[in-house]
Amino acid sequence: MSETAKPLLSVNNIEVIYDHVILVLKGVSLEVPEGGVVALLGANGAGKTTTLKAISNLLHAERGEVTKGAIEFDGEQIEKLTPNALVKRGVIQVMEGRHCFEHLSVEENLLTGAYTRSGGRGAINRDLEMVYGYFPRLKERRKSLAGYTSGGEQQMTAIGRALMSRPKMILLDEPSMGLAPQLVEGIFETVKRLNTEEGVSFLLAEQNTNMALKFATYGYILENGRVVMDGDAETLGSNEDVKEFYLGLSAGGRKSYRDVKHYKRRKRWLA
Amino acid sequence: MAFDWLFFLEVLIAGLLSGAMYSLVALGFVLIFKASGVFNFAQGAMVLLAALTFVRLVEMGAPLWLAGVSTLMVMVVLAMLVERLVLRQLVNQAPIILFMASIGLNFFIEGTAQGVWDSDVHALDLGVPDLPIDVFGMLISQFDIFAAAMVAALVVVLAVFFQKTRIGRALRAVADDHQAALSVGIPLQTIWVVVWSVAGVVALVAGLVWGSKLGVQFSISLVALKALPVLILGGFTSVPGAIIGGLIIGAGEKLAEVFIGPFVGGAIESWFPYMLAMVFLLFRPQGLFGEKIIERV
Ligand SMILES: Nc1ncnc2c1ncn2[C@@H]1O[C@H](COP(=O)(O)OP(=O)(O)OP(=O)(O)O)[C@@H](O)[C@H]1O
Ligand SMILES: [Mg+2]
Repeated sequence: MSETAKPLLSVNNIEVIYDHVILVLKGVSLEVPEGGVVALLGANGAGKTTTLKAISNLLHAERGEVTKGAIEFDGEQIEKLTPNALVKRGVIQVMEGRHCFEHLSVEENLLTGAYTRSGGRGAINRDLEMVYGYFPRLKERRKSLAGYTSGGEQQMTAIGRALMSRPKMILLDEPSMGLAPQLVEGIFETVKRLNTEEGVSFLLAEQNTNMALKFATYGYILENGRVVMDGDAETLGSNEDVKEFYLGLSAGGRKSYRDVKHYKRRKRWLA
Repeated sequence: MAFDWLFFLEVLIAGLLSGAMYSLVALGFVLIFKASGVFNFAQGAMVLLAALTFVRLVEMGAPLWLAGVSTLMVMVVLAMLVERLVLRQLVNQAPIILFMASIGLNFFIEGTAQGVWDSDVHALDLGVPDLPIDVFGMLISQFDIFAAAMVAALVVVLAVFFQKTRIGRALRAVADDHQAALSVGIPLQTIWVVVWSVAGVVALVAGLVWGSKLGVQFSISLVALKALPVLILGGFTSVPGAIIGGLIIGAGEKLAEVFIGPFVGGAIESWFPYMLAMVFLLFRPQGLFGEKIIERV
């Protein structure tokens, strides 16, 4: 990215190892500018979730570890911080598969998002209304146990819960997973609104490349633990290889970038 | 001969009241199991530690309230030590490893409690005599009523704490999905300390009640064994299950002893709960109130 301003988040050449032996990320670098919506794309097992968890430091609870590289948020090194400290600083992850608290009501789920806040009840209630403003459906279901709500409602609950922490940036992992196309569109539109109206930046991991590039400003493509390509959403969307391998627009079926001889990989970690 | 309803009621109430103590011990198990995933073998030892600390402080001349507050502090310190030295080290380990650790913890607490204090039998007097009084023509122990009221008050306080406070909500969140709890910034370590402290409070109340009835001695750590059938009946993850399960076991064993016992040669009180639990296991393995597994389609 060519912005002169310092990015809100910058990940520099990180390596992640699970269980002391399984090397999953082999030098990933990326940036999210203040107010940006950046997509992190790639097939199953490419390392999207691992990248997000490296940033939010949920890795630690899965016996994963950042062994090389650095992560900087808002001008501060954050690799060593706990999720609690990170949420307080304004980065929060919405996990893949939503992970609502099933035996808590929708509203209680939202309130858990405010755990780290020191502000009084008043500010929290205002934000609750703000969340209900973006997701009116949640207001109707506020008393239901989250476990009994639909997949779409759970995704809204998970995003709403993150919003309750008043984040600067949300790491959103596969919001489209298992949802009907119209619902996915709705969720992405709300993400865009949150971005413009509330000033929340997003790093968005998605397999739904088409949808993600429609709403993101910039994108990275991960393959096998490495960034193989990055660029403006439009540039990526019109790239022949991206079209072929991620947008399913070719007749030849899916292949890997590795099979594409003419493709010049951009190795950001050497730059 | 007409059935003596008054006598039946008397036995039933005595059973329910002693059942309230079982509920209490089971409650300690459930809380810890839900929030930190540990099947806490050391629950009985915690009861012993609390009762022994309390009674020794009283013997040294402390007023009841001061002994209570000091013992509470001991239980909180214990919770902090457990978090620091056990849970934090074993995070992400298999449940069986945590269970083994709690066995070790059990012997450590028992040993420390008896090492610091002693292993004699101490009489504990909370100022309420264990004498029967007449309630609507029934004879009911005054102390049992007092104990049941104390248990009820504790349950109400806990319910309010879990349902209405920020920490209580966070506790339930951790019990539901600890990864998600972590992701919203709930620090598991703090929650573990809180939940083990709450289990310590529960152990204290159980220890006071049992200690007053039986004397404070090593054998009160065995009340934990009574919690097992209660847990099977009520489910390992259900707070209401622990309470109702305790009442059922308490009432069941007394009624069985008095009304069935004579026909089979007596002394069935000691094994009846286990048999009840086993029969139950055959029909409802998840327990009476075993937490509903929410499945969406
Ligand atoms: N806890 C773990 N322990 C060991 N290996 C892991 C762990 N979590 C993920 N992996 C491995 O890391 C690689 C990257 O996984 P990751 O979940 O980051 O991929 P992803 O891009 O999010 O995939 P998906 O689109 O399926 O969610 C995979 O090969 C996976 O098997
Ligand atoms: Mg993933």
